[in-house]
Amino acid sequence: MRIDLEPRTNRSPALEIGAPIAALVAAILLGGLVVALLGKSPTRAFAVYFIEPLLAGWSLQEIAVKACPLVLIAVGLGFCFRANIWNIGAEGQFVVGGLAGGWLAIATHGGAHQTIGGWWIVPAMLLLGAVCGAVYAMIPALLKVWLGVSEILTSLMLVYVAELLLDYLVRGRLRDPKGFNFPQSVTFEDVARLPFLAQGERLHAGVVIAVLAVIAAHFVFARMRFGFAVRLTGEAPRAARFAGFNDRKLTLAVFAISGGLAGLAGICEVAGQIGQLQPVISPGYGFTAIIVAFLGRLSPVGILVAGLVLALTYIGGEAAQVALKLPNDMTRAFQGILLMCVLAADTFTRYKIRVSRTGAT
Amino acid sequence: MQTPEQQQQQQQHEPDPPLLRLRGIVKRFGGFTANDHIDLDLRAGEAHGLIGENGAGKSTLVKIIYGLLQPDAGEIFLSAERIRLASPREARARGIGMVFQHFSLFENLTVAENIALALPSAETLHGLRPRILALAERYGLSLDPDRPVWSLSAGERQRIEIARCLLQDPRLVILDEPTSVLTPQEATKLFETLDRLKAEGRALLYISHKLDEVRRLCERATILRLGKKVGDCDPRRESPRSLAALMVGAEVADISPSAPHAQGPDLLVVDDLSLASQDIHGVDLSGISLRLRGGEILGIAGIAGNGQSELFAALSGERLGAGAEKIRIAGAPAGARDITQRRLMGAAFIPEERNGHAAAPAFSLAENVALSRHAAAGFARNGALNFARARQTARDIIGAFDVRASGPDAAARTLSGGNLQKFLVGREILGQPKVLVVDQPTWGVDAAAAGAIRQALVDLAGRGAAVLLISQDLDELFDVCDRVCVMHAGSLSPPRDARETTRAEVGLLMTGSVIEAAHAH
Repeated sequence: MRIDLEPRTNRSPALEIGAPIAALVAAILLGGLVVALLGKSPTRAFAVYFIEPLLAGWSLQEIAVKACPLVLIAVGLGFCFRANIWNIGAEGQFVVGGLAGGWLAIATHGGAHQTIGGWWIVPAMLLLGAVCGAVYAMIPALLKVWLGVSEILTSLMLVYVAELLLDYLVRGRLRDPKGFNFPQSVTFEDVARLPFLAQGERLHAGVVIAVLAVIAAHFVFARMRFGFAVRLTGEAPRAARFAGFNDRKLTLAVFAISGGLAGLAGICEVAGQIGQLQPVISPGYGFTAIIVAFLGRLSPVGILVAGLVLALTYIGGEAAQVALKLPNDMTRAFQGILLMCVLAADTFTRYKIRVSRTGAT
Repeated sequence: MQTPEQQQQQQQHEPDPPLLRLRGIVKRFGGFTANDHIDLDLRAGEAHGLIGENGAGKSTLVKIIYGLLQPDAGEIFLSAERIRLASPREARARGIGMVFQHFSLFENLTVAENIALALPSAETLHGLRPRILALAERYGLSLDPDRPVWSLSAGERQRIEIARCLLQDPRLVILDEPTSVLTPQEATKLFETLDRLKAEGRALLYISHKLDEVRRLCERATILRLGKKVGDCDPRRESPRSLAALMVGAEVADISPSAPHAQGPDLLVVDDLSLASQDIHGVDLSGISLRLRGGEILGIAGIAGNGQSELFAALSGERLGAGAEKIRIAGAPAGARDITQRRLMGAAFIPEERNGHAAAPAFSLAENVALSRHAAAGFARNGALNFARARQTARDIIGAFDVRASGPDAAARTLSGGNLQKFLVGREILGQPKVLVVDQPTWGVDAAAAGAIRQALVDLAGRGAAVLLISQDLDELFDVCDRVCVMHAGSLSPPRDARETTRAEVGLLMTGSVIEAAHAH
C-alpha cells in the first residue's frame, strides 16, 4: 500500500476556514488525552481551560491583555512568513524592545522630566522599543542578505543573547538601588506607564495599539504595492524578481517590520503590564506568536482571532494549575500540539491523501 | 526473453495478435477525462505515431502503457495476454521501455554511472562499459561512457536515455516528443537509430506534434483530440495540412503578414555584451551584438541551454551588470537600469516559463496584471495599487485575446497553458510597448493559441514596435521573423534575412559549426 499527497487543484473557501478550526478541535482532543494520562478528568480540564475564563469579566480582560503581545508579534511575523522569510527570533526582539523602552523609563525616573513635562515619555518609550526591536532584527537580516546565512539559526540564537543581556542589566546597572538587591528595576512612575483604558480596569493602551496594527497590516496586504510584493515573493520568488521587486530590500523590510512590532510588543508589556524591568519579561510570547501566525493563516484578521485563542490557553493554564494541580508545562505542551495540528491541517488544505494499493499482477 | 529475430519469425507465422492492444482505456483526473475510451493496436516492427495537440491525452495514454498511471477502465493486452501494470518496473520486465521528453540525469555523474543507476542493482559499472560501447556501435548512438553528463549536449543526453532503455532489450519503445530539444541534424541521426530498432522487429510508439517527423517515421498513426481518438491513418498518405486539420478539428489559419510598413528607428541595440554566468551549469554570454528597428521581428534560433535564458535575463534587467551603454532601449542607455525602469522606458518582456516566472499561479489574473504593470501610469499611486484598474485591464485582455477564463478573479493556475500564455502575451502587448522581448512564446501551447500569439507578435511589429523572438521552433521563426540569427554557446551569429536563408543553414549554425569556424580565423 502506498500513500501519496496529491496537490488539490481547487481549494474551497470552506476548507480554508474549516482547517484551522479542525486543527483546534484535534488539538483539544489530544490535549484531553494527555490530561487523562496525567490522571485528571479531561472534561473538567476542558471546562477550566476553555469555558470558565470566558465567563468572567476580569478574565476576559486578562485574555485581551495577554493577546496584545501575541497579536502584535504575530502580525509582524505574518509579513516575514508570507514572504518565505523565517524570523524565529521575535522573542529576542521583544526582549530588546522592552529593555530599550524600559531603560528610558528608568533614565527619566525621579524628576528628569519635570522641567518639560512628562507627556513625551511614553511615546518616546514606544518609539525606542520599536526601533531597537527593528535594529536587533537587522542582525539576522543583514547576515542573510550579505552572506547568505540562514536566518532561522541566527534569529533563534540571538534570542538567548537578548535574554542574557536583559538578565545581566537587571542584575547590574538597571537594578533598583533601593530594591534590597532584588534583581529588578525601579517601578516605573505613572508618566512612564501605558494608560489604562478605564479606571481600575486591566485593559491598557497596548490593546488599542495591537488592534491598530491589525487594521494597518490588513490594509497593506489588501491594497499596497508593498503587501503585494511580500505576497508575490512568498508565492513565486522568480515572478517577484520579474515584477521588479528587489528580494534583498524586501528581506530587510519584513525583518524590520516584524522586529519593530515585536519590540513594540515588548515595551507595551513592560510599560503596560509589568511596570518595571525583571530578569524575565516574557513567558515565551515570541515563540507562541509563531503558532498564532499560522493558526491565523498569516492573515492579520485571522491572527487577531488566533491571538485571543492562544491567550485563552495561557489564562486557562494558570487556572488549571490552581484548580486541578496540572503542571504549567501542560500549557506549553498544548501549544506545541496545537502547532503540529495547524501545520498538518495546512498540509491537508493544499494536498489530498490518495491511498493506492499496489495490486499484484 | 526472445531475441528480436525469433520474434520477427513468430510474427511472420502468425500476424495476429498484435504486440500491444488497448481497448476502451479511460482515465479521469477529478472531473476531467484525459483519456476517453481509447483503442490502439501496435504490431511488432511497426512505428506507430501518436499525434495530437498539447492536452489531447497523449502523455496520459503512454504513462498508462508504461505503468506510471492506472486506467480507470479498459483493458491492455500484451501478445494477447491481458495485463495490469502497477509500476514502470513491471512494464520494463515485460519489455516495454520509454524515453522521456524531460531527461532524468545526474549532471555530475558520468554517462556509464547514469546508465548503471537505472538498471537492476546486480549490474556492475565495470561490466557495463563494454555493453554500452557495443550498443552504441550497433545503433549508431555515439556515446563516451566516461564523459560527465554536464558536458553533453541535449542530443547526447537523449542518447543516454535511449541506451538506458535499450539495455533492457525492450519489445516496445515509447518515445515522448524526442526531437523537441534536438537540432535538425541530431534529429536525422535519431531517425537512423529508430530505423534500426524497427528493422530488428521492435515496435515504436512515437509521440509528437511535429507532423513531418511522423510522416517520415511511421506507417500508422492514431490521432487524439481532447482525450478521444478521432481517427487513425497512414501518415505517409496524408499531407501535413490534412493531419493538422484532424488534430485541431478545424482548418489551420495561416499567419497573415502585416501591411507593408516602413522600418523605424533603432529601438533595441545591444553592443558587444558579455556576461559571466552566475550558475556553474549556466552559459556565459560573449560578445553579443544586435540591432533591432521599429517594425521588425528578429528571431533568435538555437537549441535550449545555449545562453537564451541568460540573454533574456540580461535584456530584461533581471540580471544586471552589463554596463549602461551595452544595452540601449529606444535610444537611451538601459544597461544599468532594473526591469521596472526598463519597462518605463517602453520595453516589455515575456519569459519562457509561465508558471512561477511570468505569472504567479495562485494569484488572480488581475493580480497577475499588476505583476508586470504595477509601475505603469494609472496602476499605482503613493504605493497603493489600483486593483480596479488591474481588473479592468484583465477584462480587456480576456476580451481582446479570446482568453477562456471565468473572469479577472480566476486564479492563473486554473487556465490551460495556451489560455494563460495568450493572457500573458496580451498583458504585455496591451501595454503598447516599443520593444518586446519574448522567449519561447508558444512552448507547450496548442496550435490555435500558438497561431493567435504569432499573429499578435506580427501585428505588434506592424504597429511599429521592435520584437525580439527567442525560439527553438524553426517553423515559428520562419513564419514570423524578418531576420534570424542563431545562438550557440553564448554567442550570437550575424543575422540573416529570413527569406534568403534555409532551415538547413540555420540548423547547421545551431550545432555551432559555422560560428566556431568563424572564430578560428
